[in-house]
Amino acid sequence: MFTRLYIHIPYCQRKCPYCAFFSEEIAGTDLNAYASLVQHEMHLTAQATAPRQKLESIYFGGGTPSLLDPHLIAALIRQAGTLFELADDAEITLEANPGTVDFTRLAGFRQAGVTRLSLGIQSFDDRMLHELGRIHTSQQAREAFAAARQAGFDNIGIDLIHALPGQTGPMWRTELKQALNLAPEHISIYGLTIEEGTPFDLRYDSGSPLLPDEDMAAEMFEAADDVLEAKGYGHYEIANYARAGFRSRHNSGYWKRDGYLGLGAGAHSFLRDAGHGTRFSNSADLKEYGAALLNNTLPRQGIMKLTRADAMAEFLFLGLRMAEGVEFESFEREFKTGLEDVFGREIRQLLERELLTEDSFGIRLTRRGMLLSNQVFQRFLP
Amino acid sequence: MDISKIRNFSIIAHIDHGKSTLADRLLEFTGALSDREKQDQFLDKMDLERERGITIKAQTVRLNYRSDDGNDYILNLIDTPGHVDFTYEVSRSLAACEGGLLVVDASQGVEAQTLANVYLALDTNLEVFPVINKIDLPAADPERVKHEIEEIIGIDAHDAVLASAKEGIGTHEILEQIVRKIPAPSGDKTAPLKALLFDSWYDQYQGVIILVRLFDGTLKKGDKIQLMSTNKAYEALKVGIFSPVMVEVPQLTAGEVGFVIAGIKDVADAKVGDTVTLLNRQCLVPLDGFKEVKPMVFSGLYPIDTAQYEQLRDALAKLKLNDSSFSFEPETSVALGFGFRCGFLGLLHMEIIQERLEREFGLDLITTAPTVVYRVHKLSGEVFSIQSANQMPELQSTEFLEEPFILAHIHVPNEFVGGVLALCEDKRGVQREIKYLTQTRVMIIYELPLNEIVLDFYDRLKSITKGYASLDYEHLEYRRSDLVRMNVMINGEVVDALSLILHREKAYFRGRDLVSKMKELISRQMFEVAIQAAIGNKVIARETVKAMRKDVLAKCYGGDITRKRKLLEKQKEGKKRMKNVGNVELPQEAFLAILKVD
Repeated sequence: MFTRLYIHIPYCQRKCPYCAFFSEEIAGTDLNAYASLVQHEMHLTAQATAPRQKLESIYFGGGTPSLLDPHLIAALIRQAGTLFELADDAEITLEANPGTVDFTRLAGFRQAGVTRLSLGIQSFDDRMLHELGRIHTSQQAREAFAAARQAGFDNIGIDLIHALPGQTGPMWRTELKQALNLAPEHISIYGLTIEEGTPFDLRYDSGSPLLPDEDMAAEMFEAADDVLEAKGYGHYEIANYARAGFRSRHNSGYWKRDGYLGLGAGAHSFLRDAGHGTRFSNSADLKEYGAALLNNTLPRQGIMKLTRADAMAEFLFLGLRMAEGVEFESFEREFKTGLEDVFGREIRQLLERELLTEDSFGIRLTRRGMLLSNQVFQRFLP
Repeated sequence: MDISKIRNFSIIAHIDHGKSTLADRLLEFTGALSDREKQDQFLDKMDLERERGITIKAQTVRLNYRSDDGNDYILNLIDTPGHVDFTYEVSRSLAACEGGLLVVDASQGVEAQTLANVYLALDTNLEVFPVINKIDLPAADPERVKHEIEEIIGIDAHDAVLASAKEGIGTHEILEQIVRKIPAPSGDKTAPLKALLFDSWYDQYQGVIILVRLFDGTLKKGDKIQLMSTNKAYEALKVGIFSPVMVEVPQLTAGEVGFVIAGIKDVADAKVGDTVTLLNRQCLVPLDGFKEVKPMVFSGLYPIDTAQYEQLRDALAKLKLNDSSFSFEPETSVALGFGFRCGFLGLLHMEIIQERLEREFGLDLITTAPTVVYRVHKLSGEVFSIQSANQMPELQSTEFLEEPFILAHIHVPNEFVGGVLALCEDKRGVQREIKYLTQTRVMIIYELPLNEIVLDFYDRLKSITKGYASLDYEHLEYRRSDLVRMNVMINGEVVDALSLILHREKAYFRGRDLVSKMKELISRQMFEVAIQAAIGNKVIARETVKAMRKDVLAKCYGGDITRKRKLLEKQKEGKKRMKNVGNVELPQEAFLAILKVD
């Protein structure tokens, strides 16, 4: 069924104007109440799930999960350990906003059992942070990072966004240098996308001269690849870099199609089953989410049982995100048929265009292929 | 039937000046339209016509009216098509009448189109009297309009009827003036049949229905008739009038107007302007003015979804049943696949057909740039016509080319004269005359190449004059011209659907404009795309769409794979609507870019 647990905390101190993900401003909301709803959901799910699942990782995402008090995080981890079987070396990640944590709080999270911190730094340039509507400065981000180290976190990831309004190539290289100065174990790099319905959507027309154009954004992506690889960070997934041994196991599970259970309003799940797996999400309406649970029902919606073709497409467009790509053998193991038999024509075209490379083990994206990954992935859709 | 008690008339008006509403009032007043049957604007049958306020097919209706002089009259209202593209049809409808009501908007005054039709009516020796409509509107200025009518058209307007068709004001006076001012028809009902065919259409149950005006003779059910242009003979299966519903009558006699159903299968055999006579007792000379109507403007119509090809063919065939002036034949384009080359009388005719195809038949179409019929003179002495850039032969084998010219009458308020002159000059026009009709209204007369008109002349004229200009034109002759074929190439491949014939002097500018528009419309592909405009082998403009470099999805929060997949699906779906030229995906808009020039 699942080996990973995702817990969504859909609250932020303030909504960032570029973000399209499900989150609400906290504005005095009692997070104890929300945490107990999640606990109830975990309880109901565990009751409905047999046998007892073994968890390899837990991920607190959001929103801003670091708004939850450490004792609530501790309670959720403890409960997960009771209802399911928690692996000894389980990776337990918490996303933290630098503006919401200090040493005491971070030490509390560490003590609660969090093994990995994902720090949403986004930029080291205060003007950019201001434009992005972040609640912290670059100084606070550096302080939070130092405090996390002090609190005992030896596995810290940071997030950076490039192609920000007004950002130039040299500015981006400075950002990368600053990131390297912190010497984190893991770095995620995302290009800013203007999401529909966000305040940024109104602020920046597509093609706005304030936004770096496609070519510059591509150069920034490539600069990150050059700079970080040179410093020993492996580019193991389109948007992720890690020192050896510090890949995010939880996120890698998404690309490898491990089963995961999402708890909390708006959380997504993928359950492995006798068929090709089932995807669904929880209601992203907090009232609806709460009402369902108070009624002892699970707030699931959009339940989609994958067909074989769906699963094959996913296998490719998720697997190819990883540096290792898709192995012939693993595809054959999963679908009892050869990768070439199903996608031979598509693969040949992509090889010709140098978007893919191939060896005796499998296929993977070239650097150009990574930059144009959507164009590659589309070809595998049913 | 007492011929002295018949009045045949039509209503001459500019679009929007209230012709249809006035016709409705006349029908109501004379009891031709009972309340039960009442439907606004009875004469305009099709929705599209109603929406645009124009009439394409002439309608006719017989009104019975007891005049103030105590006599009963038969008034035949013969409607005329309302657009410049249908000038010939208008002239034939007018030829069926003895008189016309000139309807002029009380605030807007005389417009170019009104003028054109009034002149047509006066040329046909019709007795024309003015009706000033919409006098209920606050901006109405009937005295000024009367003055204009006398000044500009030169007909007496001192007793013009002041009317408001909307409010029903003036209807009785109009009917009285029709009786008083319009002469009764003359004709000999014992002479051999001589009738003007002034409209025809196809009815799916009865075949072709023709409308006739009898000048001499008598036509009875069962008569063997003959159409003089084709010499084909038919039996008059039904003879009747519109009241406004179809009513059979035992016979029609000289001076009368009515319909005939004669088992004609194809509307192309019932040509407007033809003379109907009796097979066994023929008139000696047919009526004047018959012309074969030929399409003047051509464009390619292609289904966006190639699966709609059959549907498009059936739809075209259906439209053709009712419209002999429209033509179509299969055409293949490398870029657009299978479609049809269609011929139209003019731009409006083209737009109407396109709209009907899309609206009534639910088709999604790509239309290629409209083109006129050019004449090619080859060095070998051979002369032939072409309707598409792709039919144009190599320049080396060509001695010269000719293009059709028109005479345009543009009627504008004087503050726009400068702008309109600049437009006409830009369109390679030759000025004939600028007439100040009044102190503020000007008639600009230009000779213009039709190919400049079919592209974007109307739109630009409208925008230059804020919609105040009206345009009317007639065809002149073919003139020798320095024409070239301009090709658009995408990565070296000629996109046939984008080829154009144009004047050499225009080519450089158009080429640059077109490729730069295409550049905006073609999204970046996996490789660089070169867009070139060329005349022969000479490239006159080039733009490059750089290769796509980055197309990556942002962070995947919390394992939301469904969202990622939906984005990919949306992208893929978008590609399906593209047309492929070589490896390059072109959006539909790229084919429309050629229609819009700044």
